[in-house]
Amino acid sequence: MKRFAAIFLSAVIASAAFGAPPPPQDWIRTGTGLGVEKIRLAVPDFKTATDPDSKKLAATFNVTLWNDLQAAGIFDIVSQSFYPLSAPGVPQEVRLGEWAAPPPNAGMLVFGNVAVQGGSLAVQGWLYDVKNAQSPQVLGKQYREDANDDNARLIAHRFADEIIFRLGGGIPGIAESRIYFVSSRSGAKEIWQMDYDGANQKQITHLGTMALSPHASPDGSRIAFSGVSNVEWQILMYSLELNRAVSFPRFQGTNLSPAWSSDGKWLAFSSSRAGDSEIYVADVMGSNPRRLTNSKGPDVSPTWNPKTNAQIAWVSGRTGLPQIYTMESDGTNVVRMTDQGYAVSPSWSPNGQLLAFAWVRHYGPGAPGASDIYVMDVASKQWVQLTHDGGRNDFPTWSPDGRHIAFQSNRTGKTQIWSMLADGSQARQLTTAGQNSQPNWSFK
Amino acid sequence: MGGTKLKLRRIQWIQVVLAVSVVLAVTACAKKKPPAPPPAPPPSPAPTAMLTANPNAIVAGQASTLTWRTDFATDVSIDGIGKVDPSGSMKVTPSDSTTYRLVAKNDTGSKEATARVTVTPAPPPPVTSSTPSESDAQLFSQNVKDVFFEYDSSEITAQYHSVLQANARFLQQHPNITFVIEGHCDERGSTEYNLALGDERANAAKQVLVQQGVSGGRIRTISYGKEKPFCTESTEECWQQNRRAHFVYGK
Repeated sequence: MKRFAAIFLSAVIASAAFGAPPPPQDWIRTGTGLGVEKIRLAVPDFKTATDPDSKKLAATFNVTLWNDLQAAGIFDIVSQSFYPLSAPGVPQEVRLGEWAAPPPNAGMLVFGNVAVQGGSLAVQGWLYDVKNAQSPQVLGKQYREDANDDNARLIAHRFADEIIFRLGGGIPGIAESRIYFVSSRSGAKEIWQMDYDGANQKQITHLGTMALSPHASPDGSRIAFSGVSNVEWQILMYSLELNRAVSFPRFQGTNLSPAWSSDGKWLAFSSSRAGDSEIYVADVMGSNPRRLTNSKGPDVSPTWNPKTNAQIAWVSGRTGLPQIYTMESDGTNVVRMTDQGYAVSPSWSPNGQLLAFAWVRHYGPGAPGASDIYVMDVASKQWVQLTHDGGRNDFPTWSPDGRHIAFQSNRTGKTQIWSMLADGSQARQLTTAGQNSQPNWSFK
Repeated sequence: MGGTKLKLRRIQWIQVVLAVSVVLAVTACAKKKPPAPPPAPPPSPAPTAMLTANPNAIVAGQASTLTWRTDFATDVSIDGIGKVDPSGSMKVTPSDSTTYRLVAKNDTGSKEATARVTVTPAPPPPVTSSTPSESDAQLFSQNVKDVFFEYDSSEITAQYHSVLQANARFLQQHPNITFVIEGHCDERGSTEYNLALGDERANAAKQVLVQQGVSGGRIRTISYGKEKPFCTESTEECWQQNRRAHFVYGK
């Protein structure tokens, strides 16, 4: 327990200590690659009966749990080839010495069992501190749901999130979070959703014209997006609870890129209702819109500082090529953040300290450079480049835990949604069907 | 015995062949004979014929009028139509370009006249159901020209300012026409920024027209950013084509 407390503490300190001198690889505190040694975690397959139903659901559970822990970015997961021959299914079967010694040399052990009985799926799972022989149990959990594949995934997500919460500095895991995005696979661009790992992709809107820029409300009940309605770009609202569009006032001109404040009270968006495109803030019913910017050239893509809701970052073309700016949420104190190139699509990190955005640093006619994802520390304007794989990378969006960034990339030829750790590592493709763009990670 | 029978048969065959060839020869000779002189001593003059089509170029679905006149003809016909009066006119609505051939005959001889009607395919029907007059839509597309933009700019250059002035002159002469200005961008850059940029391009074009006296109430604008490119190659030529304010009749 002492050891666990020490690890817990060091993780908290590491994620909190923003002012400390940065290690060279990752001076920006994205919660990963902090120079702290990652916890070596052993995750043997959960035990189950030999009947086909049990085996099938256990397989789904095991794959999902493994992937969730792997994706979390805070563990060094021990390869299964190093594991002892018999995996424990219950605490009585655990021999800590086998796991603590090389080759596994694990710091933590995740184990348990999966049982399918009378149409219900029961899972018992434990997290053990391998080096604490006196009282090794960190977590012990039981789950019971109807026996089906979705629930096997769901239970794995929940258990993974418990482990990540306990070992990851008290930050809730994201295994149950969702990503909203734009897909053209139905023919027109529509809003879709998927689980954070790319599973369960579902179409939400059926506008038939064009729907872009989805942004989920903080409570996950609604999606605001911009769509062509009656040959005009309007902010449209879709209720995920009612499964239908709900009304939102129409404004004159072109209305684009809605963004929720994290307290769920305000929507920032771009509107040319007064002629030129500017940033406006209205309440979530669309009432009392007030203009924050007043400059020639496009002003689009606002994002709130979700920590305070007192600042907004956005994109402005007031000096020519688009650049990232920040301002107070009343429109004062405008600060230009990027100094060159073509910078768009800002997304403010959950801890309020970082902006992720897409940047072509050397841009100009005849020189179509690659658009890459960057992260900038708002206070110091220091930045780090996260993608280097060529192609156009755009629309970064932070995961609720601030450890991941999803984005769109055409590096494979077609535009698809990818996710990566916030230090740029572990990039993986989440979509394959059609062309997919503009991901927006749910608030929780 | 058998030999004699065979010979006999051969002879019979030869006789048949001969008989047939004689008949053929006789008829051939008969054909070569000059026509018998007409019984009536005063020979009628050769026929004359004239055929015109007005207009001689139409859009599919429209009609053209054929007009013809013949003299001295006893038998007048037009290919594809049949026998007609010696002089007259009729409307035709060919779906493809057609050459009409009129043949006027009498005892003395015959005379031909032709007229060609060129048919261009009909333009697709306008999307709106408000039945706008076709000529307005045609005139609009002939007279109102798109304007193009520099990279990352919504500024109307001098060249396109005069294009817009010409557009405005036409639009003032046709005050009933309403239209949409679509703003478009090239594929480079980001979706949201390009939608805002396209919006500015459409509005910039609209403002010039309004300054020139075209009522703003006749104009709608919409941006398509880089969502509906005219040209999909990644070349400067293509990008130039896509950086435009595009004029669409109606709506």
